[in-house]
Amino acid sequence: MSVIAMRKEHLHDLPAETAGEAPSRPRAFLDLSGVSIDFPTRKGPFRALNNVSLKIAKGEFVSIIGHSGCGKSTVLNIVAGLYQATEGGAILNGREVNQPGPERAVVFQNHALLPWLTCYQNVELAVKTVFKGRKNKREMREWIEHNLKLVHMDHAMHKYPAEISGGMKQRVGIARALAMEPSVLLMDEPFGALDALTRAHLQDSVMEIQADLNNTVIMVTHDVDEAVLLSDKIVMMANGPAATVGEVLEVDLARPRDRLALASDERYNHFRSQVLSFLYERQRRPVE
Amino acid sequence: MSNKLINYLETAGLNWAVPVVRLCRGEDAHEQASELFTKVGLPLIAVLVFLLVWSVGASQVKTSLGVLPGPAAVWHQAVNLYDEHQAQREKADAFYQRQEERNAAKLERDPDAEIKWRDYTGKPTFFDQIGTSLLTVFTGFVLASLIAIPVGVACGLSPKLYGAISPLVQIFKPVSPLAWLPIVTMVVSAVYISDDPLFQKSFITSAVTVTLCSLWPTLINTAVAVASIDKDWINVGRVIRLNWRTQVFKIAIPAALPMIFTGLRLSLGVGWMVLIAAEMLAQNPGLGKFVWDEFQNGSSDSLGRIMVAVITIGIIGFLLDWLMVTLQSLLSHQKPAGH
Repeated sequence: MSVIAMRKEHLHDLPAETAGEAPSRPRAFLDLSGVSIDFPTRKGPFRALNNVSLKIAKGEFVSIIGHSGCGKSTVLNIVAGLYQATEGGAILNGREVNQPGPERAVVFQNHALLPWLTCYQNVELAVKTVFKGRKNKREMREWIEHNLKLVHMDHAMHKYPAEISGGMKQRVGIARALAMEPSVLLMDEPFGALDALTRAHLQDSVMEIQADLNNTVIMVTHDVDEAVLLSDKIVMMANGPAATVGEVLEVDLARPRDRLALASDERYNHFRSQVLSFLYERQRRPVE
Repeated sequence: MSNKLINYLETAGLNWAVPVVRLCRGEDAHEQASELFTKVGLPLIAVLVFLLVWSVGASQVKTSLGVLPGPAAVWHQAVNLYDEHQAQREKADAFYQRQEERNAAKLERDPDAEIKWRDYTGKPTFFDQIGTSLLTVFTGFVLASLIAIPVGVACGLSPKLYGAISPLVQIFKPVSPLAWLPIVTMVVSAVYISDDPLFQKSFITSAVTVTLCSLWPTLINTAVAVASIDKDWINVGRVIRLNWRTQVFKIAIPAALPMIFTGLRLSLGVGWMVLIAAEMLAQNPGLGKFVWDEFQNGSSDSLGRIMVAVITIGIIGFLLDWLMVTLQSLLSHQKPAGH
């Protein structure tokens, strides 16, 4: 009962489209409409997501934040095409998403580098497949090296994943995704497994790359500071089961953003406290 | 330099030699000495105790072929077997030399003369028999691996196929080689008919029996390994849209390699055990036949010679296992060597 009440209560916070009307508006770059997903369980289907709608413009950096188990990664996996929505669906650039593909490259939470390949070979595997027939050998090599340079990993590109640190592995994971030249970059808690200092370094790198390439990015996170620092838009998810979008917060802080300057910035702290109050007052987890 | 050497030794499974290298390098002598004692000293003591118990125990047992041979008698027989091998080699060399001279002389007299080359047909020595056994076990093992790995990969990729094959695997896995052998013998006799056979029937029979028994560990391990690959790695392949072949060869097989190797190691161990039994019954000229012949021979030396064979079988089994472990640490990603 509380979840439904909450949803109604915050309906006015959402952009008008998400309520499910007005199909005549200009189409968004990435459009999720009425996405629901059921997972089969022994006790029958379990509804993990219910009627999630989102519109994302080109070049936008969007974070999805929420308590664990609220289905934020599920949303990402549906956009990636790794899960199929039970109802509704995603449209990217006018085409429906129904299978995974390199135009929606994924940065996995635990890097997912293949341990028997070097950093270079990990990126190469993607580049060779994605640019088959479009780039020659030399161009491919330059493109792989370019992307590794972008994440500051060119010095260790012939090392194996077991020989580099967790942060470095995640950098290579990002390079691999960027090397696919995706229309949307999907990051699933990319820095979740890293220590605070390494995480800050990587966040700065991501902002730097974002300023350069102006990618469309969706990032799942549970870190409030990370979400406010990096995003143009924060999608706050209400708790599951049958989780849905609770509230969308536009973060219109000027770029480039500097974490030190922002720490004492009034508007930054305002956004931050809005996310915090959503998560810890309105969506407080019931005591388990 | 010595670090590299230590690395090599560890890859080769020769951990006991590491303290020696460290001692030579001048590291803390006391610590390395105690390390050396646990790794080399204690096993050595165990062997000595075993030899003592054997030698005392054996002298108490009187068989119809005389007293059960102790370590000294067995060693004596090992030397004997080596001498016999040398003598046989000399005979063979002399035979070939005579043949060559004879044929050369024949050709000199008449360049068109028809000459014949004959193989030496002496009795195979103990060492020839080791060679035959190794060849047979490798043939059977390679044949088994060539079947088991592809079928295992296919089963790992398709749960339906695995479900279909699983009952057959469960039923045939526990069958003893001795039960297979009569069937294999009859089938080989019926199917393998050739005027100029490349291999002896007994060799084929033994190798096929080894194959039938060493298929299963590799097959099951490969299937389980491929089925339990990290989901993220598979998703990486899906996102890149790797084609089916690349997905199998670049992701599934390398990911499963450590477990496939464990399966291969078990298979080779099983194969070596099975081989001796198969050779005894199939009369393939290998170690199994050697043991059987000595048993039938029943001279006062026989028991000692059989014990030499038993120890040889054990040592070779151990070396085969060591070979597989070394190959595994060289080839699979869990321990990238040489980087």
